[in-house]
Amino acid sequence: MKVADFELYKDLLYTKSGLVITPDKSYLLDSRLTPIAKKWGFADIDAMTLKLRALPDPKLVIDIVEAMTTNETSFFRDLKPFTQFEDTMLPAMLAARQNKKTLRIWCAACSSGQEPYSLAMILREREAQLKGWRIEIVATDISQEILDNARAATYSQFEVQRGLPITYLMKYFVQDNEKWKLKDDIKSMIKYSMFNLLDDMSRLGTFDIIFCRNVLIYFDEKTKSKVLTQLASRLEKDGFLLLGGAETVLGISDKFKLMPEKRGLYIHAAPGEANTILRTQQA
Amino acid sequence: MSKLCLVVDDSGVVRKIARRIAEELGFSVREAEDGQKAYEACQDTMPEAILLDWNMPVMSGIEFLEKLRQMPNGAYPKVVFCTTENDMAHIQRAMIAGANEYIMKPFDTEIVQSKFIQIGLID
Repeated sequence: MKVADFELYKDLLYTKSGLVITPDKSYLLDSRLTPIAKKWGFADIDAMTLKLRALPDPKLVIDIVEAMTTNETSFFRDLKPFTQFEDTMLPAMLAARQNKKTLRIWCAACSSGQEPYSLAMILREREAQLKGWRIEIVATDISQEILDNARAATYSQFEVQRGLPITYLMKYFVQDNEKWKLKDDIKSMIKYSMFNLLDDMSRLGTFDIIFCRNVLIYFDEKTKSKVLTQLASRLEKDGFLLLGGAETVLGISDKFKLMPEKRGLYIHAAPGEANTILRTQQA
Repeated sequence: MSKLCLVVDDSGVVRKIARRIAEELGFSVREAEDGQKAYEACQDTMPEAILLDWNMPVMSGIEFLEKLRQMPNGAYPKVVFCTTENDMAHIQRAMIAGANEYIMKPFDTEIVQSKFIQIGLID
């Protein structure tokens, strides 16, 4: 991509979504925008860029922003949530559920599957310790297309390198020409279904651990608050909620409180408690 | 003092890109254009990290790695292969020879960074 074209997309994405794109990510523009150019009937990205410069169609701009933002993900994205899963959430839950020996985990915006599969691999690594446990991972997303990708569990060389340790690649993937396919025994650990977070969540049941990362940022305050209230009703009383690194419940919902020293990790707040925390932090 | 990263690649262009990334991640950088030069660099100063190409003249990356791991203190550097060889057989061979991580070219800052975090070179 030409430098001037890259700058055009960079500025567009920043002003429309706050997404910051650096020059080493220009491959991402090519891979994500080629399908958009095709969908809109342009010969290639260059033809679409010309149109954007001349007379940008607002709907085209929305498509471009969505293509670049909504499915941004990787295996073990941000790493910290997964170490928190291993070091904090899992030990607490294994102790709390030692009689029932069941655990329900929900990935609420699973995109192309890297997040639930990362959790599945962590669990598989602890197979011996988890003998006799029934662990269910439910993964949902609003997009049917992206769920099909998640189910297929076939990733490019770039995708399997962003965050995935090489030892996991060797153990859990098979190579298929330029692609890497996740093995069936990991794939089969995830139950996928289409779900819009604005819909009634009660049909999903309740969960011990909910991952809902990097999706609230796309909502306005009112919607955020509604979604958080619903999430609170789906989370067991001693359960954990994980939000994205840039997300907070502060001033939006009093249903959750941040665990001390644990970025992004929330537990239920007692009535009135969240407000106290808010006042203390604002003081 | 910043940690030392040895960048081993016969391509000057790749060395330049790798140098920029390693420097961004807080390393001081030394370059070597083949396995033999890398071996000599390690005899001089053992680095914390090595970004290692596979196919190079004089001495290949895998030969260098095997020799490195025999050196006194040769277990110390974290070695990350960085090569166009992208099949399971090569990856397995590299890991058996004592590599810590493996990157298939092309790569970007984020891939190098995530690999360096995983093997504890950076936070």
